[in-house]
Amino acid sequence: MNLTLKIWRQKDASSKGAIVDYQVKGIEGDMSFLEMLDVLNEQLITKGEEPVVFDHDCREGICGSCSLQINGEPHGPDRLVTTCQLHMRKFNDGDTIYIEPFRAKAFPVVKDLMVDRSAFDRIQHAGGYISVNTSGNTIDANAIPVNKDNADDAFAAATCIGCGACVAACKNASAMLFTSAKVSQFALLPQGQVEATDRVLAMVNQMDEEGFGNCTNTGACEIECPKGISLENIARMNREYLKASIKG
Amino acid sequence: MSGLIKSSIARKVAMALSGLFLVFFLLQHFTINFTSIFSADIFNELSHFMGTNPVVQFVLQPVLIFGVIFHFVMGFVLELKNNKARAVKYAKYNGGANASWMSRNMIYSGLVVLAFLGLHFYDFWVPEMVHKYIEFAPEDPTRYYPELLHKFESPVRTGLYVLSFVFLTLHLWHGFASSFQSVGFNNKYSAAASKFAKAFSIVIPLGFIVVAIALHFNQH
Repeated sequence: MNLTLKIWRQKDASSKGAIVDYQVKGIEGDMSFLEMLDVLNEQLITKGEEPVVFDHDCREGICGSCSLQINGEPHGPDRLVTTCQLHMRKFNDGDTIYIEPFRAKAFPVVKDLMVDRSAFDRIQHAGGYISVNTSGNTIDANAIPVNKDNADDAFAAATCIGCGACVAACKNASAMLFTSAKVSQFALLPQGQVEATDRVLAMVNQMDEEGFGNCTNTGACEIECPKGISLENIARMNREYLKASIKG
Repeated sequence: MSGLIKSSIARKVAMALSGLFLVFFLLQHFTINFTSIFSADIFNELSHFMGTNPVVQFVLQPVLIFGVIFHFVMGFVLELKNNKARAVKYAKYNGGANASWMSRNMIYSGLVVLAFLGLHFYDFWVPEMVHKYIEFAPEDPTRYYPELLHKFESPVRTGLYVLSFVFLTLHLWHGFASSFQSVGFNNKYSAAASKFAKAFSIVIPLGFIVVAIALHFNQH
């Protein structure tokens, strides 16, 4: 298939970017979206032009590196997949596809389609861990009985790959789904409950300091999340935060 | 506690609680209005009580006004903050793919409801305050129904009220149902709570519309 691509090009963080039109030919339906961009970049390199910069790593949906706002949706029109798992068969010959970086004040553009998502790392550093002595006397986690429902919910929350699609999809650029998944995966387990109060306060505080927007419950994040992280996590974080604020 | 006042979650909970308070007020307002279409006497009696009871006038009324002001001022603050959180907008944004129109346009449905409140205050609240607390006019317990009827003589005003109630439905459709999520209520009862909130969002504004139209066509 032949496609018209409208791609955001931006030289560096301080330059002003713009949408640039490109034509790509001979795209197969079995190609992934990133492979289609590889084809475009080969064309650009052959012509002596600068290739389009975009984030990618594992290309199997587990690393959270790839991003891209495709036709107005993070990771494109498919559900429960990352951009690297999106196949070109989801598009038709002659289509025009808008490809933009994930937009948020807290995700500044580095170059073209690559954004700096280290705000997520800082939220994680603020409290997304448990303090365990790892000197060799660590108790096996399986020795502690855990309610099956809680274990399942904690696991589901922990499948968040931190790609930032929730922020990109949200009309307010809110990071509540990501932060709530990271709060929940610990809050649901006995090992995480010891530091639950400090954790939720520190992580929400960091989230606010990074300049993310406020959640207005549109639910866009849950729909666009490639891992299907549930809005229940946000409700849990709200409860945890209120509890911690009153206690602390 | 200071973190609770400044944080994004505190703002979200405050919006939800003030919204729930206003929902409760709407139910009470509707109940009184509804009596007007079948009994002028009951409407007069209830309005006289609400208009002269010191607890209603000097405790509940100021609390309500504070609740309304808080809700819309916080709504504006959140809208401005959220706009800032994405300074550079998308060239193409397919919001309809993942969220309802109502949830994405609360500021616009809210603005229409706010404009309506301006008209509604001009129509009823301001004359009422002037009557009672500026002119100190003697109280006539039978005045309320004729005053109400007189306001709905105009087809333009009746039309504006009806249109505003449609926007109230749009605002409540997202606001009421999602307030449960904001206060941390998301469990096996959430689906039922959401259905109740959505039914409320249609039934109560529709009831207000029925009252407005009934009064318009019931001019003596």
